[in-house]
Amino acid sequence: MEEIILLSHGNGGESTRRLIEEEILKYFGNDILNQLLDSAIFDIKGRLAFTTDSFVVSPIFFNGGDIGKLSIYGTINDLSVMGAKPLYLSVGLIVEEGLSFEEFRKILLSMKAASEECGIKIITGDTKVVERGKGDKIFINTSGIGIIETSLDWRGRGIEQGDIVIINGGIGEHGLCIMIQRLGIKVGEEVKSDLAPLNSLVLPLLKISNNIKFMRDPTRGGVAGVLNEIAQKYSVEIEIEEEKIPIKPWVRSASEILGIDPLYSANEGKVIIIASRKDEDKIMSFLKNHPLGKDAEIIGEIKGKGNRVYLKTKLGTRRILDPLKRDLLPRIC
Amino acid sequence: MNTEELVKNIIKISKKEINIMEFCGTHTHEMFRYGIRQLLPSNIHLHSGPGCPVCVTSEEDIDYIIYLAENYDLGIITFGDLINVPGSNRNLNILRAKGKEVKVIYSPLEALSIARQNSHKKYLLIGIGFETTAPNLAYTLIKAKEENIKNLYFLSLHKLTPPAMKAILDMGEIKLHGIIGPGHVSTIIGRRGWKDIFDKYQVPFVITGFKPEEILYGIYQLIKIIEEEKPALINAYGKSVKEEGNIKAQEIMYKVFKIGPANWRGLGIIENSGLLLREEFEEFDIRKIYSVKVESKKNDLCKCGEVLRGIIKPTECPLYKKVCTPENPKGPCMVSAEGTCSAYYLYGGE
Ligand code: SF4
Repeated sequence: MEEIILLSHGNGGESTRRLIEEEILKYFGNDILNQLLDSAIFDIKGRLAFTTDSFVVSPIFFNGGDIGKLSIYGTINDLSVMGAKPLYLSVGLIVEEGLSFEEFRKILLSMKAASEECGIKIITGDTKVVERGKGDKIFINTSGIGIIETSLDWRGRGIEQGDIVIINGGIGEHGLCIMIQRLGIKVGEEVKSDLAPLNSLVLPLLKISNNIKFMRDPTRGGVAGVLNEIAQKYSVEIEIEEEKIPIKPWVRSASEILGIDPLYSANEGKVIIIASRKDEDKIMSFLKNHPLGKDAEIIGEIKGKGNRVYLKTKLGTRRILDPLKRDLLPRIC
Repeated sequence: MNTEELVKNIIKISKKEINIMEFCGTHTHEMFRYGIRQLLPSNIHLHSGPGCPVCVTSEEDIDYIIYLAENYDLGIITFGDLINVPGSNRNLNILRAKGKEVKVIYSPLEALSIARQNSHKKYLLIGIGFETTAPNLAYTLIKAKEENIKNLYFLSLHKLTPPAMKAILDMGEIKLHGIIGPGHVSTIIGRRGWKDIFDKYQVPFVITGFKPEEILYGIYQLIKIIEEEKPALINAYGKSVKEEGNIKAQEIMYKVFKIGPANWRGLGIIENSGLLLREEFEEFDIRKIYSVKVESKKNDLCKCGEVLRGIIKPTECPLYKKVCTPENPKGPCMVSAEGTCSAYYLYGGE
């Protein structure tokens, strides 16, 4: 008989205990989690970063990853771009009744591998099961704590005219990959999410340059979204050049077919960096020599005071690059 | 010629004050995206046409769908942008938020699996689009018939482009000196599909592709024949468009659909401009099953009708940007990415 998750696995009784001890602890177990106390207790000294994110991606398995891996890397990336070394995670699982144990275990295993890869421990968690139809297979929330060395804390390094805008590689891959898979289009293996943990890239980078003034991973809302946030928050005008933006050929064709601009499509292994031009060489050569930065490009610069983002097109014209104002839906014509 | 040379040549040969219309919403969108309008001399006036399928959906049709969903326990299956198009006072998105089943699909064949998996429920698939999408929907219905799917109905909002172009020329509200013809539609109907219109009105017409260099090339060809006063019907998108179009797609389309009247937002009912289901597919035809007349109120403040006919620019609409934005669209031209209002808004058209 196929084993599936049932409502009783979430009722707090014997099945729940078994689910936690025999499945979850088996994958995530460590000295803190294994105590199974109501709260995880631990000591850390220093400046901390704390973040949370919920993951509801469908399909839960996609080319280049799955919801489990995404939930770990997503939170690691939010900590890393702030200069924090990720330490501890909490994991909340909301499972829809009917999910097969096979898929459930696959997700747990992938979360285990992802957290080990990043040297982070899952120290507290929760599992709930909801009725069929009240969820979409599985939703995951993760929160993370990281510690920031003061010298890596880039906040307060003012962004100014002439600063450069860098991206560590091709844009729009995660969003377009998910969209294509939802459509059920058969595609080659080059089509995959860029899902990756950024800690190994950005933390050493912050060590070699103290002229990095801003970092953010452009997930929902894409590169256009993050650039607009920067323009508004720091009251600067940004100009990026269309021809400098790295875009993989499959992303370009998918975006043409679906009518979705890669600039608005989500990324899960990318970081936008604003830095002073004087560290350009240092930063670019570090990025180019890292597997997650080999396609890095300087895509634009800070033009001065303002609050808008402009795109210089390949025809040499200039237009506003607005933040996303609508749901990303494929064109019908 | 590369893009720079094309622009130089356009500037060099263009002398007259002229109005040209890009029929197709994708052209509008791409021209804004690449800032092509900025490159053209000021004596060339570009007007956007009604070539955005979502934008031309009438209030009556949206109201009809809402009425059906509310009164007959039908799940609605539709394509993306349509859910945000306002009817008289509501859209499908609001219906969905209130708990009605409104499913957004990306490919029409998904509708078949939804119907198959939920055989106890009835669904209404809404077909929308021009000649480019109609063959896909037709194929879906052929499959549905073959598989004997009984719980799926169909509402055709499919429209044909040449009759709308003709209606605009007949109205004569603006004197058009030339037309940038739609590339995608023409891959299906062929250059031949425009011949009747060209023969009758003798307005220069150039079928144009969508890459920036293709758009500029199309415009160059158009300006050339306008300036030389040698009207012609030119296919400048030969790599995709054949004289006779895509015969196979046409066959599939007309196996399922027949030509009849359609209700266009801004243009009203145009005879022979829509695709209706043939008798052989009547079992799917929602209009045959629930033929109710729903009262609609037009939103007088939204100027989409005028925008679609190319007689005003979105900036001349009192609601533009102030009340009507892509997040909170008051008219369909702000809903679709191909809508002229949305292109102006997103790409900073002043
Ligand atoms: S700006 Fe909005 S209200 Fe005005 S015409 Fe366009 S869609 Fe209609």
